[in-house]
Amino acid sequence: MEFLTAIAKFIAADLRTATPLILAGMGLVFSSRAGIVNIGVEGMMLVGALSGVAGSWWFGSAWYGALFAMFMAGLIALIFAYLAVTVKANQIVIGAAINILGLGLTTTFARTLFGLNTAPPDVDSFEIIAIPILSKIPVIGPALFQQNALVYLALILVPIASFIMFKTDIGLKVRAVGEHPKACDTVGINVYLVRYVTIFISGLFSGLAGAYVSLGLLSFFTENMIAGRGFMALAAVVFGKYSPKGVLFAGIIFGAAEAIQFRLQAAGTAIPFQFLLMLPYALTIFALAGFVGKSRAPAATAKPYHKD
Amino acid sequence: MEEKKRSWGSSEMLLKKLGIPFIAVMAALLIGAGVIKFIGVDPWLAYKSLFMGSLSNTNAIAETLVKTTPLIFTALSFAFAARCGLVNLGAEGQLYIGAIFSTAVAIYLTGLPMVIHLPLAITAGFIGGGLWGLLAGWLKVRFGASEVITTIMLSYIATHFLSFLVTGPMIEPPGSFPQTPQAQLSAILPKIIPGTRLHAGFLIALLTIVFYYYFLWKTTTGYETRVVGLNPTAAEYAGINPTKNALLAMFIAGGFAGLAGTCEILGIQLRMFQNFSPGYGFDGIAVALLGGGAPIGILIAGILFGILRSGANMMQMLARVPIAIIYIIQAFVIIFVISSGYFEEAYNKRKLEKIARQGGTKDGISNSDR
Repeated sequence: MEFLTAIAKFIAADLRTATPLILAGMGLVFSSRAGIVNIGVEGMMLVGALSGVAGSWWFGSAWYGALFAMFMAGLIALIFAYLAVTVKANQIVIGAAINILGLGLTTTFARTLFGLNTAPPDVDSFEIIAIPILSKIPVIGPALFQQNALVYLALILVPIASFIMFKTDIGLKVRAVGEHPKACDTVGINVYLVRYVTIFISGLFSGLAGAYVSLGLLSFFTENMIAGRGFMALAAVVFGKYSPKGVLFAGIIFGAAEAIQFRLQAAGTAIPFQFLLMLPYALTIFALAGFVGKSRAPAATAKPYHKD
Repeated sequence: MEEKKRSWGSSEMLLKKLGIPFIAVMAALLIGAGVIKFIGVDPWLAYKSLFMGSLSNTNAIAETLVKTTPLIFTALSFAFAARCGLVNLGAEGQLYIGAIFSTAVAIYLTGLPMVIHLPLAITAGFIGGGLWGLLAGWLKVRFGASEVITTIMLSYIATHFLSFLVTGPMIEPPGSFPQTPQAQLSAILPKIIPGTRLHAGFLIALLTIVFYYYFLWKTTTGYETRVVGLNPTAAEYAGINPTKNALLAMFIAGGFAGLAGTCEILGIQLRMFQNFSPGYGFDGIAVALLGGGAPIGILIAGILFGILRSGANMMQMLARVPIAIIYIIQAFVIIFVISSGYFEEAYNKRKLEKIARQGGTKDGISNSDR
């Protein structure tokens, strides 16, 4: 029984760690499939994290915080979209700029909003909701059904996003734009619009993922608190072969690596936990190199589209 | 990728070359002033303390150049790869691996005179960073794995590996702090202005700029590297081996970043610990872009960003403006620089249309890149 409890706790921790990767990764699937490389998701998540806390503080509810986070990260995404689609600048460089901008804006305004030396304000955060009946199932209950609302939301959104991407007209358009924008233009698909919208979607999801970190995992904002989760979400998308279900799978594997290393550290074993922390990045490289099933980016990745 | 070729490869007029970065910096400072005003501080006071803190006396200038040094290396790293048409986002990791190699040589080799030990430690740093860059290059040419992603992933792997080393195999006895022992005196970079922290690493940075220029513009291999970057198809027709060039470019780019770590350890920290780089890797991208990938441009841009970094402390102390404001300024510098091509093109197009309406020819307009 002790062992089963440990397993349940482990799965629960895994899901908690995986959720921001799944949320941000799902948004990235949309923009990546439309041929956009968005390495700025780290910065967008940071903006989401601060906006989430600020929104929850101002409006008194974690849900309003999350909405505000999505709104603000969406705004940042629109800057990205303008530079990538309209200005046609190098997307990788835009992403780098957005990350620096996110770090600068959030650190500056966090100090202005909450002060430097005062204790962080007590804001409404996402509480754990035990789902009636289901949460009482042994092992599975504590593992899956005693989480906060955003974890459930992330899990529910995966099949929906997957359906939109692979079973609807909209998804087909997005994928086509990423593979052959010229052909899309010829048949009357608005390439610019598709790219603007998908980048905006990735901004919304990044914002939500950021709010999950600041209001779900914790209930306050600290400087640079995303700490590489954005890049890990990017890795999850590549490792998950640009599909929402793949992102879910990648997120759970990456989350497991983190949960195991956390256990190892807590248990004080001699096994160096750093190697487990490297695992997600190493797996992503293996996936890119084709060692564990080739991950292939859409053909028009990072190429600005010039309408003649 | 067209923008990159435009601003990195073509021979535009000198005025234009200086004009765009100048406007970009001014506009970014203006936006920064707006943010400072918004948080309730007098922008004039903030900027005055920033420039006082970075330029007002010998020590301040020395500190500015200390901050400039790693930025020059990481900027050269990004720019060198870009010249070969590659995107090196892994300067941070290459910096760490370079630091690991240098630190190992600086700690564990004993009894050597400085004339041998120091060059050895520096070379080790170059090779370490270079190998880490080469790994990404190899993954690209052998397996087609995009270096954009692999360099980021390798950065994180390097960060965790360094963390493993300083908490495990390389920890200073008796092991109370997660840091390595101090480098031996024979492997420490000498100070070039006594009484300040400015060390010979800055001179190495200047030499590296000269090497960057000489290699790319004065050697056959460098010429090939640039041709591959400008037009891979043409390069192949001309019999240039793109695989060889990509590997070499990633090795040298990684090596440059490795030197950033080397100089930071052997010149400033004297020992290695976790996260000793405050993001020099990504800052290098901004410096390289602002400098237009040109040797002198990178030097000037590096100094400018050095000024921002070293003056920011004083600004925080005197004007109570968070240091992070300089990130906002940096971000807008990048945004304005990468947008300049678009607005220039729009301007030229309008001019072209005007001439066309007047029945003139297109010859007067230099918009030959398209």
